[in-house]
Amino acid sequence: MEMTRRDLFALAAGLAAVGLINVPADASTDELQAAIEKFAGGTPKTGGVEITAPEIAENGNTVPIEVDAPGAASILVLAAGNPRPGVATFHFSKMSAESRGATRIRLAKTQEVVAVAKMADGSTTMARREIKVTIGGCGG
Amino acid sequence: MSKIKPRVKVPRKAKAGEAVTIKTLISHPMESGQRKDKKTGDLIPRKIINKFVASYNGETVFSADLEPAVAANPYIQFSVKLSEPGTMRFEWTDDDGSTYDVEKKIKVA
Amino acid sequence: MKRFIALCAVGLLTLSVSDAVADEDAELVMDGQKFVTKLKAPEGSPFDEIISGWRFRNAETQALQTDDFENPAMIFAQYGEDLWEEVDGAAGKSCADCHGDASESMKGLRAVMPKWHEGKKTLMTLEDHINWSREEHMKAKPWKWESQEMLAMTAYISLQSRGMPVAVKTDGPAAEWHAKGKELYYQRVGQLDIACAHCHENNFGNMIRADHLSQGQMNGFPTYRLKWQGMGSIHRRFSGCMKNIRATPYKRGSDEFTALELYLASRGNGLSVEAPSLRN
Repeated sequence: MEMTRRDLFALAAGLAAVGLINVPADASTDELQAAIEKFAGGTPKTGGVEITAPEIAENGNTVPIEVDAPGAASILVLAAGNPRPGVATFHFSKMSAESRGATRIRLAKTQEVVAVAKMADGSTTMARREIKVTIGGCGG
Repeated sequence: MSKIKPRVKVPRKAKAGEAVTIKTLISHPMESGQRKDKKTGDLIPRKIINKFVASYNGETVFSADLEPAVAANPYIQFSVKLSEPGTMRFEWTDDDGSTYDVEKKIKVA
Repeated sequence: MKRFIALCAVGLLTLSVSDAVADEDAELVMDGQKFVTKLKAPEGSPFDEIISGWRFRNAETQALQTDDFENPAMIFAQYGEDLWEEVDGAAGKSCADCHGDASESMKGLRAVMPKWHEGKKTLMTLEDHINWSREEHMKAKPWKWESQEMLAMTAYISLQSRGMPVAVKTDGPAAEWHAKGKELYYQRVGQLDIACAHCHENNFGNMIRADHLSQGQMNGFPTYRLKWQGMGSIHRRFSGCMKNIRATPYKRGSDEFTALELYLASRGNGLSVEAPSLRN
């Protein structure tokens, strides 16, 4: 039987479904949950953190984001749809004017960015925000 | 390997207690460890800046733990309020242990 | 049949532009200086208006370019500034030893590149000029086209023309190159059998897959591309485009790419040099 490209794709999809070949997947919900729980020591309440980011990223390789949580001692940033959820953790001090930090991140595809803020007393809050990432562009 | 250069934007003067925005950049490829060598097919090993610390007169004012999901040439911005003149020190740490640092004096009145 | 398929492929890929994607009416102003990012095209131009690639980027990307600290390209220009002062080569000289203050000696140079070189009797890009000086005067090894050093130096030199209008010469000995470049621009290549013109002339403003198609102007190069997470040269961009249409790309520094660069630059005469710019 002559193997056409269509046959090959179908075979690959089938093998991937059965787990026989490794297709890069996004961070499992378990991994994301584990990262949140490790930082928060429990389930954070919703609110208290603001995520500023573009609605549609110009390019997933460099996405500007800012996180702000008044009064927080630290903020954990996670990417729910990346191969690994960890992005960055910002730590503030008495000399911080605001509990706010900005950076530029890599997003593998459209996904939610999660920010978990931890107060000095250990309590935590959380926010999620979807950022659309277009795949495929031109110019090498 | 590109030359790794840090850069910071810090005001030379600031009013005591007033919020001051600090911007930092360092040219670093942030090799994630997920890319494959096109010729050999081997994974290119991870090599990133994994930590950034800003301290003022020896005391840490802000720090960040970074993962491979931070984009190349990492940009980090934060704000401080200072009460006395002094020197702000910025230090970036590479996975391989090397560190890069910049110091800037700030007149606070 | 091949052409029909190729046309269908391009047709399927074009969608309409949405407002959320780019702020095409934005004006580029830096430190009070207004940049020309759009102007009426000269006689004979295939465009009604010539438009800088800056206008096709989203608001966040456009804003990043306006701040010399926020723009990641500037850290490479700074490396170029360091290299300018660095002694290199057997002659024991730095660029500064002959060229002094770059803001004076290099002013306007980027705006007229690529240009005819009387010494070598050929058309040369900025990279060619840099390497010629390195080899001839510094007795130093030439830099690879896409090396960090070459990108940094082209960024630094280009910066000295920032805000000036692109003004390449296409007459005299450059005329032959200009004609060759034009021929290449309209020539179909690759498995997709399309030419530069099909996207950048016929479809600028439309979306191709995830990209908001620009007119393919040169005024922003060398540029920091968010996609590359780094700086890249004009010839890298040409190469990438050719690979996307499944054509074998010409080499960096080849006569073909040099001619194409001249032709493209001439199509943008009048736009302000924005290099080192920020693009997608």
